[in-house]
Amino acid sequence: MLRLEARPEPSRAMVILTPIIAVVATMIAGGILFAILGNNPFTAIRIIFWDPLFNDMVASYTRPQLLVKAAPLILMAIGLSFGFRANVWNIGAEGQFIMGAVIGGGTALALYPLESPLVFPLIIIMGGLGGFLWAMIPAILKIRFNANEILVSLMLVYVAAQFLAAMVTGPMKSPVGMGFPVSRNFNEYQSAFNAELLSNTGLHFGVLVMMAVVVVGYIFLTRHIFGFQIRVSGQSARASKFAGVNPHTTVALCLGISGALAGLAGLFEVTGPAGKLSTNFPLGYGFTAIIVAFLGRLHPVGILLAGLLMALTYIGGELAQFQMSIPAAAIQVFQGMLLFFLLGVDILVNFRLRRDTKSKEAH
Amino acid sequence: MDLSSISPVTLIVSLMAASTPILLAALGELVVEKSGVLNLGVEGMMIIGAVCGFIAAVTTGSPWLGFLFGAICGAAVSMIFAVLTQYLMANQVATGLGLTMFGLGLASLLGHSYTGINPPAFSQIHIPVLSDLPVVGRIIFGHDPMIYFSLALTFGIWYFLTRTRGGLVLRAVGESHDAAHALGYKVIRIRMLAIAFGGACAGLGGAYLSLVRVPQWAEGMTAGAGWIALAIVVFASWKPGRAIIGAYLFGGVTVLQLNLQAAGLAISPAYLSMTPYLATIIVLVIMASDKKRQSLNAPASLGKTFFAST
Repeated sequence: MLRLEARPEPSRAMVILTPIIAVVATMIAGGILFAILGNNPFTAIRIIFWDPLFNDMVASYTRPQLLVKAAPLILMAIGLSFGFRANVWNIGAEGQFIMGAVIGGGTALALYPLESPLVFPLIIIMGGLGGFLWAMIPAILKIRFNANEILVSLMLVYVAAQFLAAMVTGPMKSPVGMGFPVSRNFNEYQSAFNAELLSNTGLHFGVLVMMAVVVVGYIFLTRHIFGFQIRVSGQSARASKFAGVNPHTTVALCLGISGALAGLAGLFEVTGPAGKLSTNFPLGYGFTAIIVAFLGRLHPVGILLAGLLMALTYIGGELAQFQMSIPAAAIQVFQGMLLFFLLGVDILVNFRLRRDTKSKEAH
Repeated sequence: MDLSSISPVTLIVSLMAASTPILLAALGELVVEKSGVLNLGVEGMMIIGAVCGFIAAVTTGSPWLGFLFGAICGAAVSMIFAVLTQYLMANQVATGLGLTMFGLGLASLLGHSYTGINPPAFSQIHIPVLSDLPVVGRIIFGHDPMIYFSLALTFGIWYFLTRTRGGLVLRAVGESHDAAHALGYKVIRIRMLAIAFGGACAGLGGAYLSLVRVPQWAEGMTAGAGWIALAIVVFASWKPGRAIIGAYLFGGVTVLQLNLQAAGLAISPAYLSMTPYLATIIVLVIMASDKKRQSLNAPASLGKTFFAST
């Protein structure tokens, strides 16, 4: 009989190894899923994980997509990871993403057709502000009334989605959209368009911001008092009070930072890759970012790698959908399984498996 | 706008139908939380129940088998959460979120070829004379059996939690798993059962959604109902009777805003669609600000991981 034995100290090797074990286990389980769906599992796995990067037929299109898809995921996941470490559960990043896009994008639409180099910086600020303020709602309700931030932030996702719908059918509806509920196309508006900076790389301004956030996030987490404070509040609320951490400040900072980053991600997405506001704009990146945060072990460098991997499953998933008609939902299941396996094997960090030879007398 | 088109009797009848899925899911989650486990996967279990119940009902032609299968499938997916959190000691918040995302994906995968089909009809009961009474007849005697079942279940859970030994043990586990363990109760086994029960209730609620309330299968059709159910547990301060009030309140808001949309109120329907979610937030805030009541009723071990060291 196997039993679990607590490790005296968390295993550092397992911290690195467990995400890899989880990815391999997901590939196996995913392969079984694809086989059940009537596809060749080996072909499906190759199309999802190999072809987008190395198949010359498609890679010229898919390789740049990697950065495009990964940027919002990483940007949001880094913001969320701070809160998750401190036990502040912002799971409404999707709503903050939408509000960033609506407020930032809306500002651009209001300024149209004014061409000025100040427009883009202004809408970036407005986008971040939109996400920040939206995240401040659960933060204030948590601080002032002790309302559960998980439920409030999640409810606000649905409110944000409806707000977006109200905007694209009302004030932000394109005058040249032939009555469809979409906004004006941002690529027609030079000053606000988040263009590709180097052609065929997928590198847009949001990617640069994402990279900067990875670096700053790393410094904050490991070298700054704020990183220490969120780590200690996550491990013990009582100890953190002795360390002089104000729990209210932690809640406000964690939600504020993650909200602002999600808002930025939304703004870069809507003015670049998505191109316009519409009710189809939210794709669930805010939820996938939660998986990315955990897969990356709530560490900026880990999140960078996890975000690229998750972007790969999106792109590969689209490819598999196109080439093997594997339904899009299969990829969502695949991502869900990845999180399950990751959480499951996580136990190996703090526990080890021992064969129970001496039965009960060990204690 | 024509408000006279909204009949109060019809409103109450449809309110009860709109509330039942949320009530069922909330009751299940209430039992889970009373055992000290926070399962945020209600939305995922609900939508699995919705799609599985729908498929079973369409395939067999029997809505009853649909409900049964929906409940079984809800319980089955809840076991993923149960094993991860109880045996592998995974974080309950993260695992619950994972279950929701996984459930939403799996449901759209399973339901792929079932959109646009009508399920077999599940009709209201009809008691001669009683059901034909004006007003009272339709409000009290004119519902489908599942509505009566949800009310009976509320009573049953209240009785179990407060009047039986089993309920006492379950609450003990939720208050202090270490003390319960020391008394010789099987903490993990009790929690596994509670989670399975919660999954079955959520699945049943989902099946009601796709078989009676809508009645069709559509991707993402739960639209946050599972999350609202979680909020109702907080609103109810972990008391089954109050869960009815909570669920009917939200059902009322939902039905009223739909009626206002239909009556052509002169604001964008999107704003009206926000109201159930905004109402949830307001209620959460009101309940949470009353700290005394919260701390009296919230299970003390809620969301904490249990590991038997000896």
